[in-house]
Amino acid sequence: MTVNLSKGQAISLQKSDGGTLTAVRMGLGWQAAPRRGLFGRRTQEIDLDASAVLFAGQQPVDVVFFRHLVSDDGSVRHTGDNLVGGAGQGGDDEAILVDLQRVPVHIDQIVFTVNSFTGQTFAEVQNAFCRLVDETNGQELARYTLTGGGQYTAQIMAKVHRQGDGWQMTALGTAANGRTFQDLMPSITPLL
Amino acid sequence: MAAELVRGQNHPLPGSRLEIRVSAGGPVMAGATLGDEDGRLREPGWIAHPASPRLPGLEVSRQAAADHRIAVDLEALPEAVHRVNVLLALPTGAGGPLSFGATAAPVVAVTGPDGTGIAGYTITGLGTESAVVAVELYRRLGAWKVRAVGQGYAGGLAAMLEDQGLPRARELAAAVEEAIASGAARSVAPPPARTGGEDRGRRTAPAGGPPAAPGTAPDALPYAPPDTAAALRPASRGPTAPTAPPPPAAGPVDYRHPRRAARTAAAPPPPPPAQPGPPGRPARPVAGDAAGWSMEERLYNQVWGMFEDLARTTAAYRSAVDFADSRMEQELDKALADPRSRIGAAADTARARARERHAQLADRARAAFERDLAQLTAESEVVEPALPPAFARWDSPVWHAYQVPVETPMAVRLGDLGLPEHSGLRIPMLMRLPLERGLWIDAGRTRSAASLTADPHETRRLAGELATAVAGRLLAVHPVGDFTVHALDPTGAAAPTLAPLSESGALREPPATGPQGVASVLAGLTRRVDLVQMAVRTGATDALPPDVDPAEQLLIVHDFPHGFDDRAVTRLRYLADEGPSVGVHLMMVADREEAREYGPVLDPLWRSLLRITPVPDDHLADPWVGHAWTYEPPLVPGGSRVLSRALGQVAEARRRYGR
Repeated sequence: MTVNLSKGQAISLQKSDGGTLTAVRMGLGWQAAPRRGLFGRRTQEIDLDASAVLFAGQQPVDVVFFRHLVSDDGSVRHTGDNLVGGAGQGGDDEAILVDLQRVPVHIDQIVFTVNSFTGQTFAEVQNAFCRLVDETNGQELARYTLTGGGQYTAQIMAKVHRQGDGWQMTALGTAANGRTFQDLMPSITPLL
Repeated sequence: MAAELVRGQNHPLPGSRLEIRVSAGGPVMAGATLGDEDGRLREPGWIAHPASPRLPGLEVSRQAAADHRIAVDLEALPEAVHRVNVLLALPTGAGGPLSFGATAAPVVAVTGPDGTGIAGYTITGLGTESAVVAVELYRRLGAWKVRAVGQGYAGGLAAMLEDQGLPRARELAAAVEEAIASGAARSVAPPPARTGGEDRGRRTAPAGGPPAAPGTAPDALPYAPPDTAAALRPASRGPTAPTAPPPPAAGPVDYRHPRRAARTAAAPPPPPPAQPGPPGRPARPVAGDAAGWSMEERLYNQVWGMFEDLARTTAAYRSAVDFADSRMEQELDKALADPRSRIGAAADTARARARERHAQLADRARAAFERDLAQLTAESEVVEPALPPAFARWDSPVWHAYQVPVETPMAVRLGDLGLPEHSGLRIPMLMRLPLERGLWIDAGRTRSAASLTADPHETRRLAGELATAVAGRLLAVHPVGDFTVHALDPTGAAAPTLAPLSESGALREPPATGPQGVASVLAGLTRRVDLVQMAVRTGATDALPPDVDPAEQLLIVHDFPHGFDDRAVTRLRYLADEGPSVGVHLMMVADREEAREYGPVLDPLWRSLLRITPVPDDHLADPWVGHAWTYEPPLVPGGSRVLSRALGQVAEARRRYGR
């Protein structure tokens, strides 16, 4: 049932009953680094960060990330920064909730990215994934397994963009390098 | 890694020997039914439940427990069996939760016999259901699979068994309940309920918006996140809080307040139900439609919620309009940039198109904004009349029915806030009590147009009236003897505006005049701050001398810096720094320009106070987006005697209580 989208594949966020999506959630999960035996404090924690960049035309208008948890208009909310990861059991460790109905009219694209803030590449992180979920029924729209993704520290995951009256999602899955979303901006621009 | 299933998802099972582990927030009963290839229960005996726990290839627990391990051997099941449904139900009558909505979501894990995870499923989204079909094991083309079902039944165990196709489901459900009850009687006490493992302390954090730049930036409103109040309460009072206080010996430490136990242990009254609106339209708003333990807290949270929503929806509108403007500029520039097509029909069409695109976007932004405003206005219309006196405007009818309160309210209204885009909609500016910082009522000129044309004497008089209105409101919303107001009026010029306070007897002593009066009041308050600080530091708060007033103190300072010598200014700064933590607050009614000769020495004093103005002025920033909100002072309407009457009641109650 998990839609493992291939790169560049677009799916319309129309529900089977014809209604469009109203809320989506980007989830990011990964497994915490194993504890060091003695000085556990000095475990090299793995900190992945989920961000959402809101574009109007080609121009970034707002961004939701760990330093700015709610977009100014309130439509996109980050549930809080997780600095260490989780159990690696498939649960989301960071989530960004998007209320598509409340997104301001001039915002036409929202790009979701994942960055490794602590610098580990996806090859070193266990059980890392990111996914896009229809928040109304919990259905997964897209899922990427980040683990084994090679020597990259960032991924531009997907974009949700306006299509007619509704929204459409395009899976991007572009690997990149960068500590925060700012480093990714040059890579995002050609994908808009 | 075990696959985490969502509802309806299936997963292949590698072997025939399995263990199904269930963990729930409290004791649950586990059972299983078998079905043939059509899903029918072919024989009435194809069910395992606490009263008859054993089937070939399957055994469930005899007791209700928070954790279950159900061992399944698929090979040993009868040949005709194609399905195994795993059922969970809450035992009734055990004093536990009545529905799964009141407990942590049950988690089902399918593992191999050695405990390696195969699939997991968290049964979320349950509300009033008290029985649920958790997962289903089924045979498809000779291979077994597991499917996450999560079908709940509000009718409980009996309804679920009936749906499974069992004859005499009701009798069977009763027998199961009886078996559980007898099982519970011989078992040890169930483990304490898990404290919400699901939310892991996450909550939506307040915006870490860009901090306001110092200097020219408007004063940011101190933001008490609406959910902090709830978060500070003991965790044991979650949604599963018992309706009766637990016996005192329940734990090693009793965290309950000894005198409030009876009141606070009870679950909060349910919030007012929101009536569903007509289809396609948002629900009609109701007052108190927010989280909270009392109507007051709900209203407080609702007002802050409206404040945030208004700030954000305005931000969306402004941002959209700005974008539309800049896009049109760019497109017009582009049309002009090419010299060949600068003049002519093509350029005209390009310009017309740019303008049209701008108008379209601006119209859509306006429509979305109007929709939000209509909803917030409707909400404001139901919320305003429901506000208690401390939150209400002076012209609200609740002030006519004013009575001296017995409890300090959680907040007080210090005015109204609005933005130019919606002149009709005002948000109450609610400040938490006890006050965290003093107030500065700016009697000088402000940047607003209203103050430029206003007569300075008139502004000064309004500032005095505002001080009296705010101090009077603070006095009126506190219980008798919990709030004391002092006034300094060195020149005596503020006597007319102080009249409602001094004439009603709400002031304990008449306003202090002259340098001696100023010095003695400041000395008295400084002594109180010192003594209370010392007492708190040494933990000897009961050893304070009897003449120290334990009530919160508010000092109104008129005409600063007239009548102040250096020593008095130093004392005033000391009170501003040290006072708020021990309940001594300043209310300066002052024009900063008049204290210019003190130089930067007084800057920390002004900065430590919340500045409000006697005329509408846009100098307050919201904590989320940083719009400059227009503050409207809570002046008592002209000719209204509501304040004097309330203060008269305060003085009267004080006489009656002898305080």
